[in-house]
Amino acid sequence: MHTETKDHAELATVFNKDEARVDWHDETLWWIRQKRDKAVNHLPEWELLRETASQIKDNVLSNLAGYLVQFESNAQKNGIIVHWAADAAEHNNIVLGLLHSKGITKMVKSKSMLTEECHLNEHLENNGIEVIDSDLGERIVQLAKEPPSHIVLPCIHKKKEEIGDLFHLHLGTPAGNADPQFLTETARQHLRETFLTRRAALTGVNFAVAETGEFVVCTNEGNADMGAHLADIHIASMGIEKIIPKRKNLGVFLRLLTRSATGQPITTYSSHFSKPREGTEIHIIIVDNGRSKQLGREDFRNSLKCIRCGACMNTCPVYRRSGGHSYHNAISGPIGAILAPNLDMEKYADLPFASTLCGSCSNVCPVKIDIHQQLYKWRQVIVQNGYAPAGKKAAMKLMSLTLSSPAAYHMGGKAGRFVMKYAPFAVNNKLNPWYKQRDMPEPPKESFGEWYAKNRKA
Amino acid sequence: MTTREQILDAIRANQPALTALPGVIIPADNTGLQAKFTETLTTIGGKVIKANGYDDVIAYIRSITNAGHRIISAITGLAEVISAGEASPLPHSLQDTELAIIKADFGVAENGAVWITEDLLSQRVLPFICQHLIVILNADDLVANMHQAYEKIGDEHYGYGTFIAGPSKTADIEQSLVLGAHGSRSMTIFLISLPLD
Repeated sequence: MHTETKDHAELATVFNKDEARVDWHDETLWWIRQKRDKAVNHLPEWELLRETASQIKDNVLSNLAGYLVQFESNAQKNGIIVHWAADAAEHNNIVLGLLHSKGITKMVKSKSMLTEECHLNEHLENNGIEVIDSDLGERIVQLAKEPPSHIVLPCIHKKKEEIGDLFHLHLGTPAGNADPQFLTETARQHLRETFLTRRAALTGVNFAVAETGEFVVCTNEGNADMGAHLADIHIASMGIEKIIPKRKNLGVFLRLLTRSATGQPITTYSSHFSKPREGTEIHIIIVDNGRSKQLGREDFRNSLKCIRCGACMNTCPVYRRSGGHSYHNAISGPIGAILAPNLDMEKYADLPFASTLCGSCSNVCPVKIDIHQQLYKWRQVIVQNGYAPAGKKAAMKLMSLTLSSPAAYHMGGKAGRFVMKYAPFAVNNKLNPWYKQRDMPEPPKESFGEWYAKNRKA
Repeated sequence: MTTREQILDAIRANQPALTALPGVIIPADNTGLQAKFTETLTTIGGKVIKANGYDDVIAYIRSITNAGHRIISAITGLAEVISAGEASPLPHSLQDTELAIIKADFGVAENGAVWITEDLLSQRVLPFICQHLIVILNADDLVANMHQAYEKIGDEHYGYGTFIAGPSKTADIEQSLVLGAHGSRSMTIFLISLPLD
């Protein structure tokens, strides 16, 4: 099978070569899903919380322009400087311009999936700016020159031995040492030096409050705070959908976020930035990059409710067994598969098909996004727009012909049973995608139709 | 047209009909808050000590530090254990802080977090840059959940405020939990039943 762009199934095949690793990846993520269940079961009001969060986000989307203007005005009153970026390029140039204007060539960054989506690091590095990612998982994938494979657990695909090798190569740790405690301590020392010497820090934004003009950044490591409180300039990048109306709404979202993500009751740090420290600046960049377009797609606008907890990835049987990189998009997993086609339908035409439509993602989503329904709807939009791969189109046509003609259907069934019985090699080979990692089923002796015709009189 | 206008126009053209913001009426169990707070914080790697006053805190600090350690606090009742030295306006000057002792506004039983606003900190970076953190909390200043927490915060104006729940941590390497990622390696809360200051 050959397609011009990257393809989930092809990339998953690469990931699936190492079966032991796939099992380990699968089990690790399922363990996190179970931790989520345990945390959730402690709260009898969980479903009420989800419903409330969903309705708050509905309200946000229905008055998004109003809330953004309100947020801007309140943030400005607090002394924060607000920028607007229509797309990734404009966002990246605003960051570069801010660094240039201060004569800064080195920046420390905490986790921001938006900057991954915009490929900010690449842009800055091409313009002579050194960027160091400070979240441990992000630092690890940065050293490996890879993108994160999960929005909450960036290096969930890596074994500790590989991380030990990376640290040996880049940070001078002894060869063969793969002890997580030791490696984390090494990163702590290395990044402390970075925090103390960087004049610019960039963070993401988990929530921005229209009513107060403040924004909230959540981390377990404390890296966003270490960067922001030691820098002269704090740049915070946010998508337009990060707005919430009122401060008290944070109570709902902070209760849902980490319980859904990792099963923790809250992140270690939930920091509310409302004014810059004396003598320093806070800049917020409000980024559209296709979100306003998604807002106009009635079937898909709910995807903008996402609070980036990653629960849909941890529970997804396809994600767990194909790995985040097979989605070839900054945001992987089920939510990535409904966000990506909005950005480029042709490039990401494969992603909505990377699902069994089992619906587990929708069941765990803390803001009740109908993820699996949207995956199903995207398939139809993609085929209607002519972006389905040629093989799939031909197969669907053949299937549709067969199913609409009883004669063709009966003949097809007979032929299938005959081949599987007398010439199994014709289907048990690598040309048949079903045969990968699976055996073909035992062929029945006869169809139900044949059996019924024989037995109805008896 | 500016980018701002362009984005806002596109949003206005595409946003759906207005829906109502829901009122949040979520039940809370207000019993046994101290026990719940202690249990939750302990589960996430923190430590809770009940004390009768600053004398207990001072004795504890003496037991875990030595003369070479830099100890930072703005709490006057702890003056005898605080390291001497001039306050620098640069947050970077706190980099060798072994122990910081701060007060918190209140704690949240459901998640073990304490709410700390800027006015309780000499520098925003203090609770992050120190190796170990002690937080003094009035035992009566506990709420059940985050809804009550934000009710209590109300429309207070602060430049910076943060919920801190336990020590800094990461599980990025094969999901092995390690305490002390970039922030404090430990967090100890003193629950004091007498009114402070």
